[in-house]
Amino acid sequence: MSIELQHISKTYGTYQALRDVSLSIKDGELVALLGPSGSGKTTLLRIIAGLDSPEQDSRSRIRFHEEDVAHRPAAQRRVGFVFQHYALFRHMSVFENVAFGMRVMPRKLRPAKAAIDSRVHELLQLVQLDGLGKRFPSQLSGGQRQRAALARALAVEPRVLLLDEPFGALDAKVRQDLRAWLRRLHDEIHVTSILVTHDQEEALEVADRVVVMNHGQIEQIGTPEEVFHKPMTRFVMEFLGQVNMFRGRVQAGKAMLGEVALDGHYFPGKEQGAAMVYMRPHELDIKLYKNGAPSFPAKVTRINPAGSIAKITTQTTDGQNVLVDLSLEDYQRLSLSEGTHVYIYPKSSRVFLPEYEI
Amino acid sequence: MSVGGSSLAGIQPNASLVGDDITGRLKRATDESKLVKGLLIGTSLGFLTLVLFVPLVAIFAEALRKGIGVFLASFTNHAALSAIWLTVLTSAICVPLNVVFGLASAWAITKFQFRGKSALITLIDLPFAVSPVISGLIFVLLFGMQGLLGPWLRGHDIQIIFAAPGIVLATLFVTFPFVARELIPLMQEQGTDEELAAVSLGASGWQTFWRVTLPNVKWALLYGVILCNARAMGEFGAVSVVSGHIRGQTNTLPLHVEILYNEYNFAAAFAVASLLALLAILTLAAKTVVEWRVRREYAQALEPTGAEE
Repeated sequence: MSIELQHISKTYGTYQALRDVSLSIKDGELVALLGPSGSGKTTLLRIIAGLDSPEQDSRSRIRFHEEDVAHRPAAQRRVGFVFQHYALFRHMSVFENVAFGMRVMPRKLRPAKAAIDSRVHELLQLVQLDGLGKRFPSQLSGGQRQRAALARALAVEPRVLLLDEPFGALDAKVRQDLRAWLRRLHDEIHVTSILVTHDQEEALEVADRVVVMNHGQIEQIGTPEEVFHKPMTRFVMEFLGQVNMFRGRVQAGKAMLGEVALDGHYFPGKEQGAAMVYMRPHELDIKLYKNGAPSFPAKVTRINPAGSIAKITTQTTDGQNVLVDLSLEDYQRLSLSEGTHVYIYPKSSRVFLPEYEI
Repeated sequence: MSVGGSSLAGIQPNASLVGDDITGRLKRATDESKLVKGLLIGTSLGFLTLVLFVPLVAIFAEALRKGIGVFLASFTNHAALSAIWLTVLTSAICVPLNVVFGLASAWAITKFQFRGKSALITLIDLPFAVSPVISGLIFVLLFGMQGLLGPWLRGHDIQIIFAAPGIVLATLFVTFPFVARELIPLMQEQGTDEELAAVSLGASGWQTFWRVTLPNVKWALLYGVILCNARAMGEFGAVSVVSGHIRGQTNTLPLHVEILYNEYNFAAAFAVASLLALLAILTLAAKTVVEWRVRREYAQALEPTGAEE
């Protein structure tokens, strides 16, 4: 089921949660709404579900597969919603939780008791909770509750599945497992899904497309690869992954960092001005000596080799911290230690001019 | 030495060491206050014996002093039977009405945002703040002969004051905070997530209420009902003002006790009083059981995600 949103705004009191947001999602896609808290992502999700309504605007539209659902109450939208804290019915067993959506259907549409039973068992199997149907939510672990909530949402055969920070309350290991599991599940059942998260790693790993949001607006929409490697705004650059930021300038149309001209960044017609230069830790290299290529001197202040790469923190001569990721081989070859004087070589960079963001 | 020892243990990263140290310190703290503890317990026990236990025993002793025959006879005359009937009737009307009112107001206060919410919460507490006599007086001023609506009521031949309707109204007013007060904190704790989940699963408003909201608060509701019932049956002040004390007609149990006592009919007064005392004891027993269940509900509401297998 495709989803089409046009000109959605929402204000709470004096706080504008969403500013004229438009977004379309293709049938069967898994899209992540990514942004810091207060960026409007959860509000947008609740508006899609019908748990909140957008501001009155004659241009605003909410369509599920060409059908206008803007004036339908949540109960009639056939949306599966997985809440951040699961919101399982605490006085019902897992089985009854999953069966709820079918039991409250109008008599004419409601499946027979046997059909409900077999459907619930099928769903519990799908989310790997078979055998736990008699338990109460308080007797489940966090990951199990998460999966029970998912089974409950899927029981009504939703046209759209909405997940609000689905892994937010889980610990790191369980999170990782559930993330991969959710992706496999989506590949299996292909229901159009929207996932809200503030964790960029989660969004990049799970989603087909990522919608980066900030201050109630969409900053960029793209595949995980696009938003990570081709960020269109400074916000996206800063929000996705670690990044080093330098204050550079534009001189005669060329981006300069200190005395170094940065390759590949030209601003024709721009004579003079400030520029923000961004480099991700893996876009920098460390050498012990100058070799003629553009570089700047720094001192190693901290080394964290615990992981698949070595994370080196350095400090430039003017006191700025610069993070560099090195392969473990390079790190060992250089035999770095805290206090070592080194030269940092930018391999690639991104430049944003404060006045016009590309 | 012990100070140095404990601070050393305190910086050990070993959790069990730290734990031992804390319990050790607690034990020492209680050891020191053994005398204080004894004094405190002794004082409260003595006080309770004097003002609660002795009077309670006295009620039953006085009631049975002239033998079981007199005791039973106190309940079989017309005046007593009528008082029992009116008391039961009053509470049978007030409790269900207050359940409906309490649920409606708790639902409104905890599940919606609206203007004047804090004013409504304050209003619910009004009967607790006002003296029961004044609560009764309000109804006399409203519905009495000289009252605001008095002439109109008389014209239509409706009697409220000095009749059962007045007693019911006064009791209703005095008891209406009980249910709402029990429900509001629990429902606030539980939030609206489960209701939203129910709605998103296609449930109607009624289905959400019956299948999700009500089962989640059933023990708190029962607790409120028990307290509400105890007060409805035991209310004296407000009812006394509006009742008119017509024997066999507008006397409730507490008023009946007072009349018997004023007539120096002590055995009968205490016999009827023992009935009310018995009700109190039953209420306390029921309350203890329900309280335990409510505490469990609270604990579950507070940690919706925390517990492990």
